Amino acid sequence: MTTASENSKKGGFLAGTANYLDERVGVAGILKTFGRKVFPDHWSFMLGEVALYSFLVLLLSGTFLTFFFQPAMTPVIYDGIYGPLKGAHMSVAYASTIDISFEVRGGLLMRQVHHWSALLFVAAAGLHMLRVFFTGAFRKPREINWIVGFALFVLGMAGGFTGYSLPDDLLSGNGLRIIDGMIKGVPVIGTWISSLLFGGEFPGDGIVARLYSLHIMLIPALILVFIAIHLFMVVIHKHTHYSGAGKRDDNVVGYPLAPVYVAKAGGFFFIVFGVIMLVAATFTINPVWNYGGYDPSPVSAGTQPDWYIGFLDGALRLTPSHLEVMLGNYTLSLNVLIPMIVGVLFLVVVALYPFLEAWVTGDKREHHVLDRPRNAPTRTAIGAAGVVFYAVLWAGAATDLIATNFKMSLNQVLLSLQIALIVLPIAAYIVTKRLALSLQRKDREIVLHGRESGRIVRLPHGEYVEVHEEIDEYTRYKLVDFVNYQPILARPNARGKITIRGRIRASMSSWFFEDRVTPVTPAELKAAHSDTKELH
Amino acid sequence: MKQNLKNARRSPWSAIAVILAGLILTGSGFAAATASTSAASESPYTAGQVEQGHKLFLSNCASCHGKNAEGTANGPSLYGVGAASVLFQVETGRMPGAISGPQLEVKPVQFKQPEIDAMAAWVASLAPGPAAPTAAYLAQKGDASRGGQIFRINCAMCHNAVGAGGALTGGKYAPALTNTSAAHIYEAMITGPQNMPVFSNSDLTLADKTDIITYLQAVQTNPSIGGFDLGNLGPVVEGLFMWIFMLGGLVLITMWLGAKSN
Repeated sequence: MTTASENSKKGGFLAGTANYLDERVGVAGILKTFGRKVFPDHWSFMLGEVALYSFLVLLLSGTFLTFFFQPAMTPVIYDGIYGPLKGAHMSVAYASTIDISFEVRGGLLMRQVHHWSALLFVAAAGLHMLRVFFTGAFRKPREINWIVGFALFVLGMAGGFTGYSLPDDLLSGNGLRIIDGMIKGVPVIGTWISSLLFGGEFPGDGIVARLYSLHIMLIPALILVFIAIHLFMVVIHKHTHYSGAGKRDDNVVGYPLAPVYVAKAGGFFFIVFGVIMLVAATFTINPVWNYGGYDPSPVSAGTQPDWYIGFLDGALRLTPSHLEVMLGNYTLSLNVLIPMIVGVLFLVVVALYPFLEAWVTGDKREHHVLDRPRNAPTRTAIGAAGVVFYAVLWAGAATDLIATNFKMSLNQVLLSLQIALIVLPIAAYIVTKRLALSLQRKDREIVLHGRESGRIVRLPHGEYVEVHEEIDEYTRYKLVDFVNYQPILARPNARGKITIRGRIRASMSSWFFEDRVTPVTPAELKAAHSDTKELH
Repeated sequence: MKQNLKNARRSPWSAIAVILAGLILTGSGFAAATASTSAASESPYTAGQVEQGHKLFLSNCASCHGKNAEGTANGPSLYGVGAASVLFQVETGRMPGAISGPQLEVKPVQFKQPEIDAMAAWVASLAPGPAAPTAAYLAQKGDASRGGQIFRINCAMCHNAVGAGGALTGGKYAPALTNTSAAHIYEAMITGPQNMPVFSNSDLTLADKTDIITYLQAVQTNPSIGGFDLGNLGPVVEGLFMWIFMLGGLVLITMWLGAKSN
């Protein structure tokens, strides 16, 4: 620091500025700490980045849209340039959406950018969650960050849905009506909440303005806060890495943030931005002018929510519709309550999974090396079952389109999906677990006896054998580097009693780890190599 | 003479005569009234067309609709369905039906136009029914905006707000209206083909129908303003497109970026 003034003279403007900042806010110290932060390199670590960058695009395009959108439900008569709506009665919100599309320069492109990046944001976040789940990256110390990420996913859904409802067109109005019905299906408080939310009977005249406040202030602010926490915790925990030679739970192997990842991530941002712009400029999304302004009387066939709400809509469609119970003067709408409970329960299980698994396995250690999905067969199988369950619910939201486009009966599509919702997750669980165990056995085989080389050799006595090539040390490291968990036994506590909790935990633990393939030990490896010196 | 008249009035026959007269009067009056409504549309077809239509009917349609178009277990009676039904069903290729199923499919048209007109002529000659639309209804000079509103209220629950079609129960469906001519839209509304209800002129006035036709034709001829429309099927297709092409493409790019460092 003593030579700072000399440096500024030598280095010109850039060094001068750097020095100016350093003397005032200590930029050098910050850069030294952050710039030398190491990140491992793997394509699957960039999925969260896709979500982050699409959120930035959302903020930019959304700000543009707020300049022109008017969130009011005041009725007007359309007098813009779009012919097929001329003279139609509509709300100011819908009219301003049409104006953004047709009369604001670049407005339609920005609307499409905003909508496509919203779909992408939630999807990329979901895919990132799947990566974290299947590699066990949610284990200690990252459980809280899993919850934060989960909150971001749910906030993404909330942001998406409130935005979907803003244009006040027929499609979004139909969607809101379904939400209204679901709220009203909640016993006792449902009708009150609906009345409060819509300011009277649906649709009222205030819902668009209320959703707008949530959509442009509360939800994005919360998303920003949670993103900050999410990234801050990544810095605190350091990034996880896949197993390999030299990669341990107490280190991170990779490249420094500056300059490698600053350049890479910066470039990647523009790639994501570019893909969104390309799609938004060539493919239309939510052509609201086709749907007409909202009016509670018409309901359009093929009304669907955006994809991330699809699993809830599917749950609603797949539940048998006659499940209504009369309790005296009150109707208990189980046909609405069951799908809501199923949807919420599914999300709760997703949120709490890290804690459930930690309790079952009793694993209190820190983990920074990721699991290969096959090395945690039960977790991978649970994940596969969850993905299939979600996917069937999701397909349930498109029953009508499946029926018409594949020329099937709507009723039979519904029935098949109802059966699939129960049968397929179980099948996925069993198949995935067996697959994972088989892959582990194959890994063992490769470690002990080497890789099949495809070279067939004829022995002197006439027998044909295939030569197995031994694998190199680095590959072997990846194949043997996992923990051999054992089921926990129910042990008596200090008072000499085996508690019910202990028994449940023991049975859960044996469910998790009873079927297992142990990693190859050095002794086994040595034995395998010593007695197989000859070809085999 | 006076006495005779009085006697005749008192005669038991007089009551019968009065009833008879009353019946004749109301009967012919009713006949005249109903005739005036159906006679309003003078048959536009020639006797030769009717003759040809009958022959075509016997060789192509009678196996299901019966030799006298009285209907069988496999096909309905054609009395009163009118020329409009024949034109709609045969011109869209739905009739003659290829297979019996929940609904007749659109397929390549099986007859030449004069043959279709002849069959329409014969069916129209059986009993009064909806006639082919006149050019005035098809001119698309209505109010598209009003037509859109009427369409969304009356038609969108089956045909979708954009006319992309939709599913009905048990394999039936409301077809897409993205490629339907003005005449066929009109004929469908007045005849209610297959699972569609009839929209008589007391449900939707002729002006309403003209507006709907104008709207649907405007939607068909308008290009998709925001780019490729992905079939206009709404959020499901948009979601699939985003997952497969946007996120799928970005995942491929991440793999490329991840591979570079090795």
